[in-house]
Amino acid sequence: MVSNERLASVFVEMADTLVDEFDLIDFLHNLADHAVSVSGAASAGLLLADQNDSLHFMAASSESARHLELFQVQHSEGPCFDCYRSHESVATTDLAHETQRWPDFAPRAKEAGVRSVHAFPMRLRNRVIGALNVFGEKPLPLGPEDVKIVQAMADVATIAILQERAIASAELLTEQLQGALNSRIVVEQAKGVVSRDHDVSVDEAFAALRSHARSNHLRLAELAHDVVNGKVALPRS
Amino acid sequence: MSAPDGRDGVADLLQQLCRTLTTDLGLMGVAMNLMSAAGTTNGVVAASDDRSRDVDELQFATGEGPCHEAFAARRPVLTPDLRAVIDDHWPGYSSAALDAGVGAVFAFPLQVGAVVLGVMDVYTERPGSLSQEQVAAALTCAQLATEILIDGDLFGTDGRLDRDLSAVLDHRAEIYQAQGMAVVDLGVDPAEALARMRAHAFGNGQPLIDLARAIISGFVLPVDD
Repeated sequence: MVSNERLASVFVEMADTLVDEFDLIDFLHNLADHAVSVSGAASAGLLLADQNDSLHFMAASSESARHLELFQVQHSEGPCFDCYRSHESVATTDLAHETQRWPDFAPRAKEAGVRSVHAFPMRLRNRVIGALNVFGEKPLPLGPEDVKIVQAMADVATIAILQERAIASAELLTEQLQGALNSRIVVEQAKGVVSRDHDVSVDEAFAALRSHARSNHLRLAELAHDVVNGKVALPRS
Repeated sequence: MSAPDGRDGVADLLQQLCRTLTTDLGLMGVAMNLMSAAGTTNGVVAASDDRSRDVDELQFATGEGPCHEAFAARRPVLTPDLRAVIDDHWPGYSSAALDAGVGAVFAFPLQVGAVVLGVMDVYTERPGSLSQEQVAAALTCAQLATEILIDGDLFGTDGRLDRDLSAVLDHRAEIYQAQGMAVVDLGVDPAEALARMRAHAFGNGQPLIDLARAIISGFVLPVDD
């Protein structure tokens, strides 16, 4: 269980990013990191749905979480999917017992050293826009307090993505969601450019983009857009 | 349809899309325009009918309107009641469009990440929101139009409209990463890079995702593919 002081600072930090110059992709990566640090889980990842109810990877705290999220997207199976479909949180304390429920996902997760999963819906009133997954290395559930905290973080993330505390219209929701999904694609394209330009892996390229955006107070998606269109080249480190 | 390849073929396909969407969703009309950051290729490329084309052209005549906003923001701009926003948004365009009988306009970018080619504008006579199903159909149509624009010069058109509409674009991250790499490898713009990848995969009977993974692992597309 995380200390109240630490928890307060996490939420203050998250609220801070909601104020003025907001960087969605960077925020979601921070959120995944925070979900790990407050829950004591091993890793976390986040998926968002498009207009056809297809889920898309948005952020993860680690490479292995990223792979597990992408695996769920590609196989249309796993706790994130069930959570998104049912609009309810999905928890499993030991994946070893879930091979019937998730015949593809359970063995894959075990291979990656994951034993427990908790998936939290990202809800706006009666609509669910995605899910936040928390992965554990041990066959243990999150405590009831942790569950509340991570769900609160998922709620904050939903607000952040939609950028409106009370989205009045379906129009605004569509605009924000589509913008968010496209931002993620821009960042993937930029990772490819930087990876080739600097002869580094795509993950190193992502780290370089994030750090350049931060030190120059740029939004990640805007920087990525300029990198892909050749308007900006990252300095070589 | 005439001329199954080249720009005429592309324009025909896009017009067909505009008409299909208009009929299926019971709209006033649909128009698609191409835009560039430099402002050199701006204009309507396809429309379901002359009236929608004229209304869409108003945005280029007045230099304002939802398509400019959707292009710049890289997300849809949905205006379910044009009259309600006339004082805040695009006063010149809005009053002209209202005069032409438009009640609502919904602008969807034709885009893949950082590649924004243009905007699809959906018009209705009566003000009011599109349903969630109508929005989904419009977004799918915009994806299909984007694909046609990117591939237009390279492929024939056989069966393109018969494909499963929900699987128009493969959204896997590796494809976009590889696209970024191809921009550097080939020294071309991102739209061209994706078109070359698709042409290469198509020519070799290879799934695009497999080619993308090869590129990430170091494969470089031949320059004169």
